[in-house]
Amino acid sequence: MWFARNKTELKKIGDNNKLDIPEGLWIKCNACKAIVYKKEVEKNSKVCPKCNYHFRISAQERIDLLTDPSTFEEVDSLLTTADPLKFKDSKRYPERVNQANKALGIREAVICGSGRLNNTLIQLCIFEFNFMGGSMGSVVGEKISRSIERAIDQHIPLAIVSCSGGARMQEGILSLMQMAKVSSCLAKFFKQGLPYISILTDPTTGGVSASLAMLGDIIIAEPGALIGFAGPRVIEQTIKQKLPEGFQRAEFLLKHGMIDMVVARRELKQTIGNIINHLGFN
Amino acid sequence: MIQDLDFERPISELELKIEEFKQLSNGQGKDLSKEILKLELKCARLKEETFANLSRWQRTLLARHPNRPYTLDYISYIFHNFIELHGDRLFSDDPSIVGGLAKLDDRSVLVVGQQKGRNFKEKVYRNFGMPHPEGFRKALRLFTLAEKYHLPVITLIDTPGAYPGLGAEERGQAEAIAKNLFVMAELKVPIISVIIGEGGSGGALALGVANRVLMLEYAIYSVISPEGCAAILWQDGEKAQEASEALKLTAYDLLPLKVIDEIIKEPLGGAHRNPALMAVNLQEALKAYLADLSTFNPEELVQQRHEKFRQMGVFKEL
Ligand SMILES: [Zn+2]
Repeated sequence: MWFARNKTELKKIGDNNKLDIPEGLWIKCNACKAIVYKKEVEKNSKVCPKCNYHFRISAQERIDLLTDPSTFEEVDSLLTTADPLKFKDSKRYPERVNQANKALGIREAVICGSGRLNNTLIQLCIFEFNFMGGSMGSVVGEKISRSIERAIDQHIPLAIVSCSGGARMQEGILSLMQMAKVSSCLAKFFKQGLPYISILTDPTTGGVSASLAMLGDIIIAEPGALIGFAGPRVIEQTIKQKLPEGFQRAEFLLKHGMIDMVVARRELKQTIGNIINHLGFN
Repeated sequence: MIQDLDFERPISELELKIEEFKQLSNGQGKDLSKEILKLELKCARLKEETFANLSRWQRTLLARHPNRPYTLDYISYIFHNFIELHGDRLFSDDPSIVGGLAKLDDRSVLVVGQQKGRNFKEKVYRNFGMPHPEGFRKALRLFTLAEKYHLPVITLIDTPGAYPGLGAEERGQAEAIAKNLFVMAELKVPIISVIIGEGGSGGALALGVANRVLMLEYAIYSVISPEGCAAILWQDGEKAQEASEALKLTAYDLLPLKVIDEIIKEPLGGAHRNPALMAVNLQEALKAYLADLSTFNPEELVQQRHEKFRQMGVFKEL
C-alpha cells in the first residue's frame, strides 16, 4: 500500500528509502555512510562502489539501463486517472496526480513500451516510484494489461520492473481489481508459451507483489530490495516486536525459495538477455 | 448473546420492552395487546429509519458485527452433506480458511471461505479470519480438485485481510495470493463469490476472481481497511469514519463500479437479526446463478471471467 512517508518514518523503515542522490560532487551512501564521488556512483549504474548499495533509480534511467540505445518506444503515455471515487483526504486525488505529473513529466506510475534488449524485441513495463509510490490504480493496471496483450500479439517476451508500495488507495476497490486484471492477462499470456521476466526492485510490496511481481516465469531481484506483501511497519505493529535484520530483503527471499536469483544492477541486462535466449527468444 | 452496536441499541431496547409487555400480558392476564401493537409499529419504523440512512462507517461495523453469520454458519444453512477437506499438502492446515465438498440441492459443489471465530478461543484458533499462505494454498488445491471433477466453486469471503506476520512473509504471502488470482482466472468450472462480511484487500480477492461476484447488503469490500487508510492518508487511525466514506466500500458503492454483479438483500436490521432468512435469500441467489452459469462451456466460462476483470477500472485517454 503506497503512502507518503514523512521524514522520520523514512529513517525508521530502512536506510535505502532515499529517493534520489542529492546535488553536489560528493554524496553519502545511504547504507555504508561512506562519502563517495558522485560521478563514480553514476558510472557504476548508481551503485555504491564501497558497499554495493543500490540507489533507487528512475524509470527513465531503468529504460536506459535495460534497452539498446534509442530502441525504446513508449506507448499509452496519455492514459490518466479519471478519479472514479472523487477521493479526497488532506488533498484531492487529482491534485496529487497533477503534482507528480509536473514534477516528473509523466502521467502515471508506470512507463510501458517496446524496446530491444541485446537486440531482442520485448515489451517492457517499468514502475516509477516517485509517482505516488509507484502505486497501482486503474491506469497502471490498464497500461500493464495492454503491454501483456501486445506481447501476445507480437509473440515476444515481457519484462516488468516492479518498484511499488502496492495498490493505490485513492482508487479504492478499483485498484484491488487491477491485481485480478493483470493476473488474468498474464494467465492468457502464459498459455501462448511466452516468457515473462519479473524484476523486483526496492521496494516491491502490497498489491503489486501479490499479483504481477510474483508471477514471473523467472523472478530476479536487485540486491537489498525490500520485497513482501505487508510492509515492515505493519508487521512490527502486528507482532509487536522488531523485525530481524535483513527480513524481507532480496537475499532473504532467495533463501526462502521465493525468487530465482539476486542480480547486481550492472549485470541485469546481460542476465535477462541470457535467460530470454535460453528460453528460445532472440 | 446479543452484542449491540451503538445505533442498534434503541431498537434492542424497544424489542426488550415489547418482550416484557408480552410476558406481562401472558402471566397476569392483563390485556396489553394495544400497547404491544403500538410498540411493534414504533420499532419497525425505527428499524427502517435507522437502516435506510446508514453511514458507510455504520455499514462497516455491521459487516464486522460479532453476531454476524460466518462462513460455516452459511455452509450449514445452505448446503448439505458438507465434507470438510484440510491442508495445503505443503506446510500445514490453516483454520482461517475452510473448504470442502457439499451439496446445493442435489448438485455437488466445492465451497471455500475464510472463517472467523465467535468467542475468544475460536478467534485465536481462526486467527481472526486472517489467512496465512497455507490457507490460500489450501483453497488453490481445492479449486484445482473441483476443476478436475467438474464441480462448480462457491467462495464465501469474510476476512479483515491476509495475515501480516513473520511466518506469512517467509512462506510467501504475496506469491500465495498472486497464484490464486492467476489460477482462478483460468479455472474451467463456474465460480461464484459472495462477500458475506468483510472483504479485506488481497486476502479477500484471493478467493474472489469469479464469474459472478455477489455481495450481501451490509458487507464491505475494500483495498484497505478504513483504519489502515486513515493511519496512512490522515496520519490518524481515529479518522477511520472519514476514510470509510472516502473509500466507497459498501455494496451500493460497488454495484455501479461493476465490481459486483448483485446485492443480496439482508433481513431488516442485518443478517445477524435473522440468519436463517439471510441464508434462504443467499441460497436462492446461488441456485439461480449456478443454473445460469451451467449453460456455458469451460472455454466460455474462462473467457467471460477474463473479460469481466479485464474491463475493471476507470480512466481516461487524453
Ligand atoms: Zn555504500
